[in-house]
Amino acid sequence: MGLRLGMRRTFVAVTTLSALAVAWFLLTTETGVISAGRFPDPAATWSAMRQLAGPGYAGSTLVVHVAQSLKLVLGGFLFASALGISLGLLIGWSRKAEALINPVFLLLRPIPPLAWIPLAILWLGLGDAAKIMVIVIAAFVPNVINTSTGVRGIEATIFEAAQMLGTPRWRFVSEVLIPASLPAIFTGLRLSLQAAWTTLVAAELVGALAGIGLVLNVAQQDIYPAMILSAMLVVGVLGWLMTHLLGLVERYALAWRTA
Amino acid sequence: MEPRLQPLETMAYGALGLVSFFAIWTAVVLSGAVPHSFLPLPTEIVTRFAFLLTHRFAGATLPQHLLASLTRYLGGFLLAALVGVPLGLLMGWFRWLDDILTPIFDGLRFIAPIAWVPFAALWFGTGFGGPIMIIFAGAFPPCLINAHRGARFVNPSLIEAANMLGTGHLRIMTEVLLPASLPSIIAGLRVAAGLGWQSLVGAELIVAANGIGYMMVQGQANVQTSTVMAGMVSIGLVGLGMDRLLRLAELTIGRRLGQPT
Repeated sequence: MGLRLGMRRTFVAVTTLSALAVAWFLLTTETGVISAGRFPDPAATWSAMRQLAGPGYAGSTLVVHVAQSLKLVLGGFLFASALGISLGLLIGWSRKAEALINPVFLLLRPIPPLAWIPLAILWLGLGDAAKIMVIVIAAFVPNVINTSTGVRGIEATIFEAAQMLGTPRWRFVSEVLIPASLPAIFTGLRLSLQAAWTTLVAAELVGALAGIGLVLNVAQQDIYPAMILSAMLVVGVLGWLMTHLLGLVERYALAWRTA
Repeated sequence: MEPRLQPLETMAYGALGLVSFFAIWTAVVLSGAVPHSFLPLPTEIVTRFAFLLTHRFAGATLPQHLLASLTRYLGGFLLAALVGVPLGLLMGWFRWLDDILTPIFDGLRFIAPIAWVPFAALWFGTGFGGPIMIIFAGAFPPCLINAHRGARFVNPSLIEAANMLGTGHLRIMTEVLLPASLPSIIAGLRVAAGLGWQSLVGAELIVAANGIGYMMVQGQANVQTSTVMAGMVSIGLVGLGMDRLLRLAELTIGRRLGQPT
């Protein structure tokens, strides 16, 4: 039953996506209902992709743009996560630290990460540093919130047991606090990875020297729909890839939970 | 875990945190460690904010910029809610529609809303339509997903009862599924409001000739840090206000339906 249901879904999904591809071809190349100036046909998209991969566009080839964007998003994400998880553990554990930091946090939180972009450019220019700044701001918050919620959710008996056994402080952090809040930490990591990616694309659209957002920006200025579509596909594929990889890490790290 | 603090202690620590934050900020400015034009004093941001309320910058006063942004925002947000919620309910009710649309949305999910900016500008221009499409791209998924999930988890006996009484599809949708999934829908609208507001700011940074995002870009181009920061403050205040309103709606509806939130 479950298998048959799954097969039916796959069948419908494949049919739908094929129908969409055929409709795309019919509406653009065959009949021209959608003009080439508004949305590219499959052939133009294919040649734009080859141009992006081969000779390059907006100053460099696809590999360079992708490497640039990935370098920034991963660097910023890792840094923000290390910072955010540590702070989350601290304010989850210590009520005093929470009382001290929470008001400042509440003051800054309503400002969406994208609203920091002009300030980052003003302070640090159009290079890597400004992008890392906005990514860190975007990726930091979900980590703090989810980690501290995770720590607060740990059962009191676990703390008491650890205390009764006289567990030293560092072992308590590494063997009780972190493992017990790991599911919540991963929820935070997923949200912050998504936020980091959206923010980076936006920051690169506003101004950059390389990166996939720059490709989108230049393609928009050149009114080159096929290149816009290609760049969007790259954004989507990279977003999917990163989410998928993090999912694999999560399954590995939380193997004890599902097993 | 540490014992709970007394309310007075919490307030004292909170005040200490806030005071240190602003004190460090002021000290950094006054020490001259960073150029004053890049980091104004907190008080200067307040004065700049007050100044912008009545004086034009980048073609309009701050309230006029905010009004332009809010008009776009409401257009995009309402569109997302009016399309997303009914579609979510339909997908929750008709299994075949769910099967057809889910793979499409799954594919689109990974494209950041802001990546639609070039097509939005190309299709609908940079004045009103383009930004609306970006807000829509940001706010639509939570509207759809929460309505869908809400409709899926409606108590089956309610649906059986309605079926037994011979209720038609449309009436099941409006009189069973919609009320039963209202808490989930409102929660989705709240997430959508935040994402839509952030997408609008992003869109205005890239394409637009007025609005709060445009004002900030102009402030940045003129190296007026206080204008950029005043813009950030107003964006935060508006976002906070909208979130409070929807939170209120969430609580009211939760209470009326007798569910603790």
